[in-house]
Amino acid sequence: MDVKRRQKSNPEIPTSSMADIAFLLIVFFLVTTTMNQDKGIGMQLPPAGESKKIQKKNICNIWVNESGQILINLEDEVPLSQLRANIQQRLAVNTKLIVSLKASEETPYDSFINVLDELKLAGADKISLASPEQ
Amino acid sequence: MPDFSRKASVSESIPTSSMADIAFLLLIFFMVTTVFVRYRVTGIVLPKAEKIEELKKRRMISYLWVSADRRIYIDDKLAELNQVSRIFYDRRVQEPRTIVSMKCDFRAPYGLVSRVLEQLREADALRVNFATDKKG
Repeated sequence: MDVKRRQKSNPEIPTSSMADIAFLLIVFFLVTTTMNQDKGIGMQLPPAGESKKIQKKNICNIWVNESGQILINLEDEVPLSQLRANIQQRLAVNTKLIVSLKASEETPYDSFINVLDELKLAGADKISLASPEQ
Repeated sequence: MPDFSRKASVSESIPTSSMADIAFLLLIFFMVTTVFVRYRVTGIVLPKAEKIEELKKRRMISYLWVSADRRIYIDDKLAELNQVSRIFYDRRVQEPRTIVSMKCDFRAPYGLVSRVLEQLREADALRVNFATDKKG
């Protein structure tokens, strides 16, 4: 009589390729991972329709024109490199100073950001963004 | 005289049984830390600034793009200027702590950016972040 021999099955799970699979997945995540976080200059806008009366001596108007030239209080033209020191001086004299930043319609966004960055670096907390005349 | 003839037997194979564990540990680390870029609008070059802060809570961030050719995108969909306030009002209702990340091209005119800011004020979305790259 022919009794068939049972095949012996191997009860172990093959783990030799597990590392390969895991490394493959690691490579996928390494390639797709982006470490870039959202970053930028934070601002809190005033609520719509809100206007406060501020004493003239506490306001410092900064204008930025189309070509990126900066004018403070409609009188002194200041290069961007000196703006920080200028604002720091003004803040040292008057701690309540509010800086009003006004740019014209066609001012490139880059010039606006450069000025805003300098104001932040100078330590000006109270910055008001005035809308350009149309 | 001592017996020097016996040699200590040294296993030549590198143990690979724990390799999978190490790999999976690294895998879990990368899976947890991976952040996928959600939206991307091509052709926008951000300006550079020094005094910048990082935004941590990505769930609260809405993206508003202004391109150099005066187009406005919200997340990655094209939008008209007069739609901005309504769209952001709806977002504010869903998530009151919404932060608007303004990703404007460095060549974009300030006039348009200012009008977008006005729309955001109307929508009461007052937390704004002017997205920039790190200078230097």
